[in-house]
Amino acid sequence: MASTSNERTLTVRHFPVEENPTTNYLNATKGLKSWLTTVDHKRIGLMYLASVVFFFFIGGMLAIALRLELLTPAKTFIEADTYNKIFTLHGAVMVFLFIIPSIPAALGNMFLPMMIGAKDVAFPRLNLASFYIYIFGAAFTVYSIAVNGIDTGWTFYTPYSTKTGTAVIAMTFGVFIMGFSSILTGLNFIVTLHKLRSPGLTWGKMPLFNWALYATSVIQVLATPVLAITLALLIMERTLGIGIFDPALGGDPVLFQHFFWFYSHPAVYIMIVPAFGIISELIAVFSKKRLFGYWFIALSSMAIALLGFLVWGHHMFVSGQSTLSSVVFSFITFFVGIPTGIKIFNWLATMYKGSIDMKTPMWYAMIFLFQFTIGGLTGVMVGALSVDVHLHDTYYVVAHFHYVMMGGTVFAFLGGLHYWWPKITGKMYKEGPAKLAAFILFLGFNVTFLPQFILGSQGMPRRYYNYVEQFTTLHQFSTVGTWILLLGFIIVAVYLAQSLRSGAKASSNPWNARSLEWMSSCPPVTENFAYTPVVTHGPYDFHKPIAEFQLGLADSHGHEHHETEKVKSSSSQEA
Amino acid sequence: MNFGNFFLPPQKSTIAGDVDQLFNFINLVSAVILLGIVVAIVYFIFKYKRKSENDTTSLVDHNTTLEVTWTAIPLFLIIYVFIWGFQDFMKMRTTPGDAYEIHVTGKSWFWEYTYANGGKVLNDLYVPAGKPIKLVMTSSDVLHSFYVPDYRIKQDVVPGRYTTVWFEVMEPGESVIFCTEYCGRSHSDMIGKVVALEQSEFDEWLRSSGGKPEDMPLAEWGEKLYTSSGCQACHSVDGSQIVGPSFKGSWESTREFEDGSTGVVDENYIRESIINPSAKIVKGYPPVMASYDGLFSDEDLSAIIEYIKSLK
Repeated sequence: MASTSNERTLTVRHFPVEENPTTNYLNATKGLKSWLTTVDHKRIGLMYLASVVFFFFIGGMLAIALRLELLTPAKTFIEADTYNKIFTLHGAVMVFLFIIPSIPAALGNMFLPMMIGAKDVAFPRLNLASFYIYIFGAAFTVYSIAVNGIDTGWTFYTPYSTKTGTAVIAMTFGVFIMGFSSILTGLNFIVTLHKLRSPGLTWGKMPLFNWALYATSVIQVLATPVLAITLALLIMERTLGIGIFDPALGGDPVLFQHFFWFYSHPAVYIMIVPAFGIISELIAVFSKKRLFGYWFIALSSMAIALLGFLVWGHHMFVSGQSTLSSVVFSFITFFVGIPTGIKIFNWLATMYKGSIDMKTPMWYAMIFLFQFTIGGLTGVMVGALSVDVHLHDTYYVVAHFHYVMMGGTVFAFLGGLHYWWPKITGKMYKEGPAKLAAFILFLGFNVTFLPQFILGSQGMPRRYYNYVEQFTTLHQFSTVGTWILLLGFIIVAVYLAQSLRSGAKASSNPWNARSLEWMSSCPPVTENFAYTPVVTHGPYDFHKPIAEFQLGLADSHGHEHHETEKVKSSSSQEA
Repeated sequence: MNFGNFFLPPQKSTIAGDVDQLFNFINLVSAVILLGIVVAIVYFIFKYKRKSENDTTSLVDHNTTLEVTWTAIPLFLIIYVFIWGFQDFMKMRTTPGDAYEIHVTGKSWFWEYTYANGGKVLNDLYVPAGKPIKLVMTSSDVLHSFYVPDYRIKQDVVPGRYTTVWFEVMEPGESVIFCTEYCGRSHSDMIGKVVALEQSEFDEWLRSSGGKPEDMPLAEWGEKLYTSSGCQACHSVDGSQIVGPSFKGSWESTREFEDGSTGVVDENYIRESIINPSAKIVKGYPPVMASYDGLFSDEDLSAIIEYIKSLK
């Protein structure tokens, strides 16, 4: 071919999938050391998965304790100081140790390379380093809990955070360290997606999960350094009294909020955009239909990622920032609603005239649609200037972000976990208990957080240990909801453990999906594919026979008995 | 349309009705959108249920008319909601020129109000009804936030600078004040109330600057000061330990201090502990109490001492 064209002709052949290979990534090498020193993205992903599930358990238990304390208006069973430390730790653990790494670092690590037909991420050793940096940072936060706890709230607002006697430095230093893990994972993913896509896998044929992780990675790389700077300044303020935030020394406490939200608002999209990616996969596969508006969904993730950098001030309408900046931030904030709405409508349009199979992952996708829509619409509410003055720092905001973070991301994470469980473990779980648990979690979540919208609009402030008696009934509803949630998670833990121990063997593609991770063995071999996959169809072309998704570069040494064919590949990444 | 008292507190300021209208509008539109989505989900799940693994589905994967429609309608709605919220916000941020000014200082964990005549009161803010009130606010320690749900107003108070908020109460009455910026241990007890009075009653109240009514016994006045000045956030009267030592049974008891010395709770000790709290720190308690120097008259101090005496 002429060198001016980026089209090449490739010789490919069909590579049938080897079902349940005796050697796979889980048992290829044995012993603890083989895990701790692995550079296999799937093993690293699995170690992340175990870690985030552990921290979700910790954060969840803290939430149970908080809600138990709020069963009565005055003291129920813990002191105010303990309560303040617990809500701080709940927030910090859930945000920094669970939700930020949850989808990208655990599920993303496992499937981002496989979905583009790569053997690993671009920098496998850097990937392992990211994991250890995360664990090292997590160790600091656990240490901060052990020494004295921390009672600032996860937002670490100055000047309280420079004055309190609790372990602010240990906690923020831990978060500072974990930020590097997040940056390096993002960098790794960006390079992987640019350089390691299989022949034929153009940007327009990339699964939307990868698009979502691409958008997320850009935010991680650009925003996280700002958090690092902010926390470093906070630590210096506490130890050296440099006076960046202390008005007595010429500083400004509101400046801290600008710095903090400059990271933490984009971070909201680090938390939710990967969930969009999972939902796109689930709805396409379980509707057996091409995703409606592929480019709208792909590019709306990018739009959200970029707009997300321009709206941080909507956390600060009553902070004392200027009226003009509040107005500008409110205006831009509303525009986040457009790409978000586009996604929801495109997902619905995908289901229209589909062939819908309500397997467990699809249940989670539908629950996501309901709960995330509520999270999004109440986001419009708190984006409206005059209404937000009333609702800011009340339970309304608590309910709003839990509908996005938990009702959205956690349910999408559960959907993704159930979707990829056979691929990760090689085992199936029982559909009956899984659907029952999904329903119980749905019920528990809404019983917990719907009453909080009403509490908030009635004026109940957040971060309150005591509350006035008129709020008692709604608080008690909310507390009962957490018990239902707990029951749901126990059921999930039981049937997944049972699946690991004695679940039926999974076939390589139990959902009849088309993206590349399902064209590998189940569980995959260490190198993912024994060949270089070649992509000729889109990831949601369910009307094409599955064999056409299992093409790979024909061996150069030539296996004469295999039938080969020529395909044209516009492989821009090779140009 | 009004959801009444279920979703929102009573409307007691001139701005509250405007805020609630937008709140109700967004809720109504959101409910319609959410209902549409839920109906579509449920309908599709049943209508397009998978019949066999060989089902074929439509290959249509875009429709420009649809995409434009579901971009344009939300775009129109959000701009409408933005402008609505913006206009009411500008009303909240534009203080009428004839507003009556009161200075507010947030302290951990009480509110201090200073009137033009120099009179100071704590936690309970007295204002005239039917007149715009402007609060000029600051903090003496950490961030706090002044929130009156009944008025739909909220403003953070920040050390080292002044923030302002204004409101006009429509009818005489009382409304609760919450602190809505987390400020530490007794954040949730930093509660006051606004007492809106008829102008004439307010003028009369202002003349006495909230001092003790003549016919009230000292101990009873001390009890009022105890609840209205923020003491109750840290000191119980039933023997339970909150932040500071309980008042119950403290009179003439012997205290052990952090520096190892001891002392008896008498008039001078109580007076010193209120005016200069860090002079003697009771062993086992944190040195966190703010000074009340200048906030209490001699009569007020005597009243508090009498009240503590009465708590056997």
